[in-house]
Amino acid sequence: MDKHTSGQTEQVETPTPLLAVDDLFCERDERVLFQSLSFRLAEGQVLQIKGGNGSGKTTLLRILCGLNDNYQGAIRWRGELLANCVEEFRDGMLYLGHQVGVSKVLTPRENLLWSGHLQRQISADEMDAALAQVGLQGFEDSQCFTLSAGQHQRVSLARLLLSEARLWVLDEPFTTLDVRGVAFLENLIGQHRDRGGSVLVTTHHALVVDGLTELTLGVDQMLRGSLS
Amino acid sequence: MSAARSTLAGAVLATLRRDLLIAYKRKNDLFNPFMFFVLVATLFPIGISPEPEALGEISAGVLWISALLASLLAMDSLFRADFEDGSLELLMLSPHPLYFLVLAKNIAHWLVSGLPIVLVSPLIAYMLNFPEGAYSTLVLTLLLGTPVLSLLGSIGVALTVGLGSRGLILAVITLPMSVPVLIAGTLTVSQTLEGASLSGYLAIMGAMLVSALTLAPLASAAALRISVN
Repeated sequence: MDKHTSGQTEQVETPTPLLAVDDLFCERDERVLFQSLSFRLAEGQVLQIKGGNGSGKTTLLRILCGLNDNYQGAIRWRGELLANCVEEFRDGMLYLGHQVGVSKVLTPRENLLWSGHLQRQISADEMDAALAQVGLQGFEDSQCFTLSAGQHQRVSLARLLLSEARLWVLDEPFTTLDVRGVAFLENLIGQHRDRGGSVLVTTHHALVVDGLTELTLGVDQMLRGSLS
Repeated sequence: MSAARSTLAGAVLATLRRDLLIAYKRKNDLFNPFMFFVLVATLFPIGISPEPEALGEISAGVLWISALLASLLAMDSLFRADFEDGSLELLMLSPHPLYFLVLAKNIAHWLVSGLPIVLVSPLIAYMLNFPEGAYSTLVLTLLLGTPVLSLLGSIGVALTVGLGSRGLILAVITLPMSVPVLIAGTLTVSQTLEGASLSGYLAIMGAMLVSALTLAPLASAAALRISVN
């Protein structure tokens, strides 16, 4: 098996896509995760990245948001190379990773206040409204170690509401959410798209969002070989 | 979008406030380095000699070594929890320069781990029959020296935060860098006792602090990027 990965290309014809990835190559522990991976993400596009466990979905997202620089290829933000516009890129991008970035000793409100201020100025009213919207009303001032994993995830969802980023990068955002939470997030993604925002999301969950595009990181052959 | 963008000062203050709040809520972490400092310094009279003369002679060194070890013990809490819960990634993806955010974390960390040691040092010094007339020098050198130890330690912590089991590696990285501070600190105290002018020695320690303040957060930030990678 000489080829572990195959990038399925999604092309949307826009003058300058929000995010353009060309010929991306990444190798980890002498295993090629993906090569010649190219895709475009236009404004108002929701792109779901699919692939089996270990196919490099998280690595791809971490590369795209600038946490991992162990790659070759070009990533462009609004037509400009990522390295040349780091500040603008971070201003316009919001990443929710596997670890939700919620300190257990702080309350949801304190957590949000800090992570909000790293990006933009937020008012107390905005914050309370966001917490109520994600269903954490009444928990604003409980320390987070008394909350469940799903509620931690909800704290990080409140960041989406408070952010003005054009691009959302969501890594497995559905894992700990209950049914209502899943519907809420899908709805949120839909609203963001309608406002012209873009979303990059990995999930094993069957995403119910209109106009969803998909990119599959190919480990299909590998899986077929080992599972059948 | 840019109208609502938080100011750098806002982001730095929010980080400072958050870290102080976390320290306040984790009182164990808050008192550990402080208690460690007191305990180590207390063991010397038991282990060496309770004779006031013998103690007075080594007291400056004892205090400085205890402060060094206590700051080493405290270092681990600087980035570890943030690394584990993902807050560090948020910090690194902020549009603001990581240098200032790391500096804010360092300052908060020193305020809860270094400053209490500086404040309690005269008391421990008294217990160790520290020579009279050098108390202010001792406090002054600790005040200048412990932030340097914190800032240097932060580089080591940033480098090792991604490792599963660190063991002694943090000490191996950090202690060699801390030796000049230890030498300068104890030398300043002993020179004061011999009646030499203080300003030169304090200037050296001040220079150490300024260079650590300007350079160490840069190194820590770069090391964090490697660790998170």
